[in-house]
Amino acid sequence: MHPAFSVIFLTTLIGAAQGLFLALFSTQLYSELNILPDVTESNFYGLGAVISLLLLIGGLIASFFHLGHPERAWRAAAMWRTSWLSREAIALPTMMAAVFAYGVIHLGGFDSVAFTNGVNINLSTSLFVGIFGVVATFALFICTAMIYACIKFLQEWSSPLTVINYILFGMASGFTLATVLSSYFGLVDHTVFLGNWAIILTIAVLLTRSASLYRNSRIKFKSTVESAIGIRHNTIRQVSQGAMGGSFNTREYFHGKTASFLKSIKYIFMVLVFPIPLILLFSAIDSADTGVLAAAFIIQYVGLLAERWFFFAQANHPQNIYYQTV
Amino acid sequence: MTQLALIIDLNVCVGCSACVTSCKEWNTSGPAGFMSDDNPYQKDPTGTFFNRVQTYEVGEYPKTETVHFPKSCLHCEEPPCVPVCPTGASYKRENDGIVLVDYDKCIGCKYCSWACPYGAREIDEHQKVMKKCTLCVDRIYDETLPEAERKPACVLACPTNARLFGDVHDPDSSVSQTIREEGGYPLMPEWGTKPSNHYLPRRKNKITIHEDELVRVDNPLNKEQKQHHEPVNAPTLDDNSFI
Repeated sequence: MHPAFSVIFLTTLIGAAQGLFLALFSTQLYSELNILPDVTESNFYGLGAVISLLLLIGGLIASFFHLGHPERAWRAAAMWRTSWLSREAIALPTMMAAVFAYGVIHLGGFDSVAFTNGVNINLSTSLFVGIFGVVATFALFICTAMIYACIKFLQEWSSPLTVINYILFGMASGFTLATVLSSYFGLVDHTVFLGNWAIILTIAVLLTRSASLYRNSRIKFKSTVESAIGIRHNTIRQVSQGAMGGSFNTREYFHGKTASFLKSIKYIFMVLVFPIPLILLFSAIDSADTGVLAAAFIIQYVGLLAERWFFFAQANHPQNIYYQTV
Repeated sequence: MTQLALIIDLNVCVGCSACVTSCKEWNTSGPAGFMSDDNPYQKDPTGTFFNRVQTYEVGEYPKTETVHFPKSCLHCEEPPCVPVCPTGASYKRENDGIVLVDYDKCIGCKYCSWACPYGAREIDEHQKVMKKCTLCVDRIYDETLPEAERKPACVLACPTNARLFGDVHDPDSSVSQTIREEGGYPLMPEWGTKPSNHYLPRRKNKITIHEDELVRVDNPLNKEQKQHHEPVNAPTLDDNSFI
């Protein structure tokens, strides 16, 4: 497939936004259950929600560049019964609304105690709004990943690993961003909590992404030129594809880069997403050094752009069998 | 239920591309608007086509066979492109099984083309909507045309009659009979898309004659005295026949 930058930015930006929101919610939940100390900086959740919302809006804007008719994008909510893309078009604004509400409650100081056991646990209203947001976040993760995983003949994508990777990449990136935020506010305990989770999630996605790379390296393609034109012979060579100057079929489904370029992108993302952020996180979470943690997030995000480029470029569409030579 | 479809006979297709040009001509002048054509007479011509003729060489020289292979939307009975469309612009008609795109609803997200294993859909680079073969839906029901002309433009244009058009759900239709009797097959059956369009294979152009068939008493060549054989002592096939 030819990687489209609109979709690369959409998936990476909303992934970070989703992970960040989950990190904020986890921090608040742990604090209110008295597992973590209370967040003394009142703007931590509010500013986090604003950043998450801005990333979601950025992703939404990027997605419009993928459309031929963005002015008709509202129609995309119509076919949610059958289309994962349509479901995503519903889940994304739903999550944006939830994050917006969560942010408004925190920034506007509208929070109140919604549940108390009368002793030491006081659960606030924003936490319950947050639960709605968490549901929307996971729904969005699943919709985004299933857009790719549901196309069964794109065999590199058609695997549960695609869904797992999208969720874990988003969470790793978002938790790293949350670590930056908490260190900026000087929340030492929370930085350690979020940083440890960022490390765990990054290692987890290293394992699952490696598994999918291994799976894809051994993939056996079901479609061959024999099944594509229905002629049984071991030697079939295409002589002409019916177009001389290329067509949509050659532009959309071929990345046009060499195998060595593809391989180098793979190594680049394997280095930028995993070891470098892990080393930076290990070195900086105890000292809560915002600069180092910010570098970890930015390097990991750049790596994720490369990872997403590779994800698209690696997928072999069976229609390519029909377009092997001019 | 009706399922209109094309049958393409690879045994007689000569690869002249008359179907390609007639398709483009009819559909670029239709009510749905033009079909893009960039640099048609310059370097790197490109544009939107519903139908293309590809050519394959089967085997290794000198034992090769050239196969011309026209490819357009197969109007699958289980079209994978339809359920993925977020707006409902892609749909399969209940009454005749034609898979169509509503150009006014299409947002140009290209997801349907990703979901088509055959590469049958092409985005129009100027109108920014997805386009595909309509089986000339604006022609086959047009009662102002003589009945013989109510067929897709490609079918009418084919000089060797390599393209047949009809209802593949009606077991008595000529296309259904042709599929049954001449071994019509679908493309990429491994994905369960159940394409409605079928292809007819290359057919054999040699026969096998065994020695005893040549020496048979009733061999017409013998009777016409074009071929003479000494009488054989061993029993021949005729000795074993019942009549």
